[in-house]
Amino acid sequence: MTTSPTIQDRVDAALPPSGDPLGLIGADGHQRETALLHLPPDQVLRELHRRMVIGRRLDTQATALTRQGRLAVYPSSRGQEACQVGAVLALREQDWLFPTYRDTIAVLTRAVPPAEALSLLRGEWHCGYDPHQYRVAPQCTPLATSTLHAVGLARAAQLKHTGEVALVLAGDGATSEGDMHEALNFAGVWQAPVVFLVQNNGYAISVPLAKQTAAPALAYRGVGVGVRSLLIDGNDAAAVFAAVRDAVGHAAAGRGPTLIEALTYRVEAHTNADDAARYRSDEEVRAWLARDPIRRLETYLRDRGLLDDAGLAAIGAQAEQLAAEVREAMAGPPDQDPAELFAHVYAEPTAALAAQRDFLLAEIAAEGDTP
Amino acid sequence: MTGTLEEVPAQAGPTQIDTERTVVHAPGIRSALGVRSAQDEPVTMVGALNAALADALAADPRVLVFGEDVGTLGGVFRVTDGLAARFGEDRVFDTPLAEAGIVGTAIGMAMNGLVPVVEMQFDAFAYPAFEQITSHLAKLRNRTRGQLSLPVVVRIPYGGGIGGVEHHSDASEAYYVHTPGLRVVTPGSPADAYHLLRQSIECADPVIFLEPKLRYWSKEPVPAEPGPAIDRAVIRRPGRDVTLIAYGALVGTAVAAAAAAADEGWDVEVVDLRSLSPFDDATVAGSVRRTGRALVVHEAAGFAGYGAEVAARLTEQCFHYLEAPILRVTGFDIPYPPPLLERQHLPGVDRILDAIARLQWQDLA
Repeated sequence: MTTSPTIQDRVDAALPPSGDPLGLIGADGHQRETALLHLPPDQVLRELHRRMVIGRRLDTQATALTRQGRLAVYPSSRGQEACQVGAVLALREQDWLFPTYRDTIAVLTRAVPPAEALSLLRGEWHCGYDPHQYRVAPQCTPLATSTLHAVGLARAAQLKHTGEVALVLAGDGATSEGDMHEALNFAGVWQAPVVFLVQNNGYAISVPLAKQTAAPALAYRGVGVGVRSLLIDGNDAAAVFAAVRDAVGHAAAGRGPTLIEALTYRVEAHTNADDAARYRSDEEVRAWLARDPIRRLETYLRDRGLLDDAGLAAIGAQAEQLAAEVREAMAGPPDQDPAELFAHVYAEPTAALAAQRDFLLAEIAAEGDTP
Repeated sequence: MTGTLEEVPAQAGPTQIDTERTVVHAPGIRSALGVRSAQDEPVTMVGALNAALADALAADPRVLVFGEDVGTLGGVFRVTDGLAARFGEDRVFDTPLAEAGIVGTAIGMAMNGLVPVVEMQFDAFAYPAFEQITSHLAKLRNRTRGQLSLPVVVRIPYGGGIGGVEHHSDASEAYYVHTPGLRVVTPGSPADAYHLLRQSIECADPVIFLEPKLRYWSKEPVPAEPGPAIDRAVIRRPGRDVTLIAYGALVGTAVAAAAAAADEGWDVEVVDLRSLSPFDDATVAGSVRRTGRALVVHEAAGFAGYGAEVAARLTEQCFHYLEAPILRVTGFDIPYPPPLLERQHLPGVDRILDAIARLQWQDLA
């Protein structure tokens, strides 16, 4: 029995992830050399920094709103700003973003208004924005299910020759779900124009990566299904932008999907209801704080004369203004009507649902009449 | 329509899946449905479904058909026979063997303006897609306040009576009807299969389209006129004494039971639900108010089964018209039996007649 040359050819053509994560700007703020990624222009680097500062301020604001009871829950993405901002800024207008519940910064960076973006976490409605308007799918709460939706949307674009690329975000825990494997496999078979960005923040709530997989890196999941894979420094916004921009271009050119694993860290607990001290050490958190995505880009920009104190102050003022707008939006009454519970179950309410709606409205009216 | 069904008692199916029997020649079917002079030619349910898919693909360029073995092979039951050759691999194609993947990608395609019609190869093999169906396909319209419309049809060959080994014979309708946001329909005859599938593909809501495998090879002509609306039940046989409520494969059994009951002096009205969700309260309750007695039959286990909902809501709506409690004739509360024992499990004509006899007729005297 001889080895099929076809298989060997395909092995040679595959692009397994690098052993060490690729990066462009190190934790010390100095540029790193890499053959595979290209440093974005200065203007992009400044925008990445600005958006990360704003993203972190809004994330902090949202966490504070949970403590005031204004939000039902908030899964913070503090520490993951480079992934969320870098990936979204790499998208073109026609592309689609498929975020998870932890990707509120990404949703806001895609210009979804805060009041609409926070509707889910406020408990107002499951998705507060029109996905078609922003080309942002609803934030997905079940893990990895949306990876298949992204592949399907990309496949439709491929069949219709309309050119859009789908970017789907997932966490390290989600890679253990079967849907993630199916999505990567379908994407590979179809050569669908889709980019998978796995934000590996080390924990699925409390469960560390070592209990999720024995693979040397999550990016290797792509290799097994013939999907080009990259392993990058997820706290390096320049690297995330460059890798996603490259993958989007690759997909748009008809060359198929890419899986990017970005190494990052969730600085806050899973949500405001979680206690991270039960499963990780302060020492570990401090080590990751030293690799902060915002500070390193700030250092790089300052060293190059692209950012000064006045510029920083201006960005801070923008962030404060947006935070104030978020507070104001969450202080107002929710955009809710109990009758709407029945309005969107089907394209047209069924007779039975219309009757249940009328029952509920009569019940509410009777409550109002009760002294 | 009454009397045109090929009456195959539930127990009389082949003891093995005989794929040769299911081969359908697409040109003949298209002429049967597309040419007026040939409309009287009987068509199998497989042929009618094939024609519905072909006509939908021809009528709407957004329609796609995909799943496992639906391309080159034409489906294990040949429902998609010839479609890939006629419409090309971009419209009709095989996927990797992964049901969550099939439904999940169909959702994404629908988000991007297409109308996917996907096949789950057998009832029990649809379960890996359950999360995609119940958490996403059913809910995305509601989740987005009506902004996302998912006109996806999930075709599922379902039910027993064909001699299938384990996992090939589940009546899985209760899992789907319990999920708001899904339409769940099932045809009882070839003519209804054609029109109900066309209506399902045109429907803006996601539709679980349950195909009764036992009736795949039943034959009847398919009239060109569209049948009743997608959400309407139909009286297949009028009668004065009892309303016999059935759907899917058991519609034929119910019509056969009604014929046998006539010999015993009972005039049985057979209601074919067609749409399991939403439920056509007006038609069914109207029938029960006229007859005063009702019986609901299905293959699935009775405990917390679809018949429990039917009996409960009819009791709520018709209590003062009822002469007897509404009875259920269902499969036993057991995992689907091995094929050599399935005829003991499935409701047949005799079991239905015995139940009719228990509807407290003696009180009339």
